[in-house]
Amino acid sequence: MSRMIGWSGLITPTLALLIAAGCGGGDSGGEAGGGVAGGGAAAPMENPVDPATAGSIVGAVTFTGTPVAGEPIDMSAEQVCADKHASQPMTQPAVVGAGGGLANVFVYVKSGLENLQFPVSSDAALLDQNGCEYHPHILGVMAGQSITVRNSDAVLHNIKATPAENRGFNRSQPQAGMEFQTTFGVPEVMIPVECDVHNWMGSYVGVTSHPFHAVTDDSGAFSFEGLPPGDYEIEAWHETYGVSSQMVTVPASGQVEATFEFSESMAGRPVPLGEPAFVDHEIGQLRRGPADAAQLED
Amino acid sequence: MNRFPAVLVAALVGPMVVLAAPGFLEGQEAEATSAGEHVYMQWCSGCHGVSGTGDGPGAATMLPRPRDFTTAQYQIRSTASGELPTDEDILHVINVGMPGTAMPGWEDVLTTQERAALVEYLKSLSRFFGQGPAPEPIDFGRAPGSSDERLLDGAEVYQTLECWRCHGQAGRGNGESSPTLEDNGGFPIRAADLTENWRFNGGGTVEDIYRRFNTGLDGTPMPTFVDAVDAGIVTQDQLWSLAHYVRSLSPERTPEVREVIGAELLTEGELPGSPDDERWAEVERYRVPLVGQIVVGPRWFAPRVSGVWVQALHDGRELALLVSWTDPSESPDAAWTPFAQRMREVMGPDTTAGSWTPESPDRLVVQFPQQIPQGMERPYFLQGDARRPTYHWVWESTGGAREQVGRGLGSATDQESGSQELQTTAVHQEGQWRVLFRRSLATPDSAGDLQIPTASAIPVAFQAWDGDNGEDGTQGAISTWYFINLQEATPITVYVAPAIALLLTGVLGMVAVARAQRRENHLEGDATSGPPPVEDLPPEDT
Repeated sequence: MSRMIGWSGLITPTLALLIAAGCGGGDSGGEAGGGVAGGGAAAPMENPVDPATAGSIVGAVTFTGTPVAGEPIDMSAEQVCADKHASQPMTQPAVVGAGGGLANVFVYVKSGLENLQFPVSSDAALLDQNGCEYHPHILGVMAGQSITVRNSDAVLHNIKATPAENRGFNRSQPQAGMEFQTTFGVPEVMIPVECDVHNWMGSYVGVTSHPFHAVTDDSGAFSFEGLPPGDYEIEAWHETYGVSSQMVTVPASGQVEATFEFSESMAGRPVPLGEPAFVDHEIGQLRRGPADAAQLED
Repeated sequence: MNRFPAVLVAALVGPMVVLAAPGFLEGQEAEATSAGEHVYMQWCSGCHGVSGTGDGPGAATMLPRPRDFTTAQYQIRSTASGELPTDEDILHVINVGMPGTAMPGWEDVLTTQERAALVEYLKSLSRFFGQGPAPEPIDFGRAPGSSDERLLDGAEVYQTLECWRCHGQAGRGNGESSPTLEDNGGFPIRAADLTENWRFNGGGTVEDIYRRFNTGLDGTPMPTFVDAVDAGIVTQDQLWSLAHYVRSLSPERTPEVREVIGAELLTEGELPGSPDDERWAEVERYRVPLVGQIVVGPRWFAPRVSGVWVQALHDGRELALLVSWTDPSESPDAAWTPFAQRMREVMGPDTTAGSWTPESPDRLVVQFPQQIPQGMERPYFLQGDARRPTYHWVWESTGGAREQVGRGLGSATDQESGSQELQTTAVHQEGQWRVLFRRSLATPDSAGDLQIPTASAIPVAFQAWDGDNGEDGTQGAISTWYFINLQEATPITVYVAPAIALLLTGVLGMVAVARAQRRENHLEGDATSGPPPVEDLPPEDT
């Protein structure tokens, strides 16, 4: 009798252990912490920024040297667009302001915002085709933010987006006034958007998981307000001069200045496109980039 | 000891241990994947690469390049632009291929199970599959019938949606925007020639064409036009009209390739002096397919000209040969020079050599043997050899026509200018060349020129170059030997002789039979029929 009790005493814990192991095995989400990448980090925080301690990054992108010259665009085949230009339309590989500021630079916080989740802006961004050019030439949006694509020209344009981390598309707008809404769910720097009917037309969309991104005008200025104090990596991306990044430390209730210096010698460097930009939490869960997948496998 | 508890534990624990082992269920799926992987490595990786990135050993000579499966961007789908394909979409392309590309159909080579396993394997090559819900196919409905009104409506939609910007007004891919087209991989790409529906990547039926308007061709400049429907600019019914219109730009039936081109005898009037002569519309067209010249280096794997249409007339004294083919531009055209340079950059590895320059013209060669062969042997189809030369009619877009003698590809020499008998007239219109060659059948230079007989099968071959596609020298499109036969008038005896023979056979035959019957009856008694009357019979013995 006592031996039977001994054996049966083993059954229950054995079964319980094996049932637990069977349910847990083979499922990458079974790690403790509920599926967040980054090796056991805590779940993202809602409403993370404390206004009492929030700081800011203020800076500018400057350019020294001779900027790459633009080339004339032959719009003679498209009179509707040619008529919208008072002077000869030119390509704009490098736009430098009077004060040496570099325009059309996409500046964004690349890392340091782990664990923070920001509400997606409910304002739709606008990408307009006017005069057979994209306005703006560089567009910054949040992942999941709505983008309105509008045709303001009475000619056929096609809008072809070729991302690497997101699903692309190729849609047409044969007439003026047409609009459609689209969105990119995965942060990615940068996504080319082009027209095939007018091959000089091209633009780039930068998608981040947070609102701290900016596109410079020819003053080169940018600023990010409302950042929690801490260390951040910020990056500046330009279509001709490539990328430059640096680390800054945002003081509590204070401001840090940062300058990006681009120069003519940076022309011809590889310009990254379609890089997964800082997927650090569950926005874009359905379409994680390869970097993220690698973290999940750890 | 009572073994019952041990048996119970084993019976309950055993299966659970096995099931709980990590990866067992995945292992079942892994088996299916590895069956597909086996098929892929054996049949697909040569072009699509071992990692599925479209860069296998065969890829460098293909345009468009083989698909990179890791991006999950599929051209021929039943889903919206940017969406994943359904499993049926992937299987469909595996089954029937993509006619305008190097992708063949595999349904006669691979079994159903192999192809199904391949679909699963291809999906496993991209992380985009398995994320989110399965893609929804568009409900395309059924094609309405065609009618003249529908074709007119479709032609209007072609204008409204501005298809002509890339495809040109006649659909030959010669729109203003066509010289700068690139696919998503940055390779040069041509707007489809809408007059050759048998080469449409997604198929050439009205239903296939209609689908493309809704789905777009992802990876190419061809967008979806469904936003125009959503905006009320056109209706889906009008897209059907457009599909019928586009279909009508190609022949009703895929052209059959016939071995003998018939040159019809013109009995009244002068031979046409121009490609625009209205009488050409009644002359039968023969399709001669062309392929890239890949025998003699430097080679060319992506020719512009996929075939020529040939029409021929003669009057017993002169031969008029009209050759037509699609070519978007009159070479050399500065708007196309960057395209030609890109073609030569991407179609390696033969293009470092070669005689192409930005001034290279369009060229068409009509090749004959220099002497009519007596037996089966014809000259080598690539412009002959030293022993059996060929005789060429050469037309170029920059400088008219000349006759040449060929003793091997790349060695053709012009005949002396005094003995040039050939005349050509060329028209380039709406993306098409039409070149009329005329020469008298007999020429004074009987040694150098082929003397053209009637009523006999003369070997003929065609070669074409599009300078604006990066083609010149040995890098162009070629055909094999066909035949041309200058038909003689059918003599009246051809019709009369059988009638006479029939008559004779019938009449003489009937006479012979009648005589034979009479003779037979005479042997039996009276030549007239029946037994003799009773009175004439000899009296019976009583």
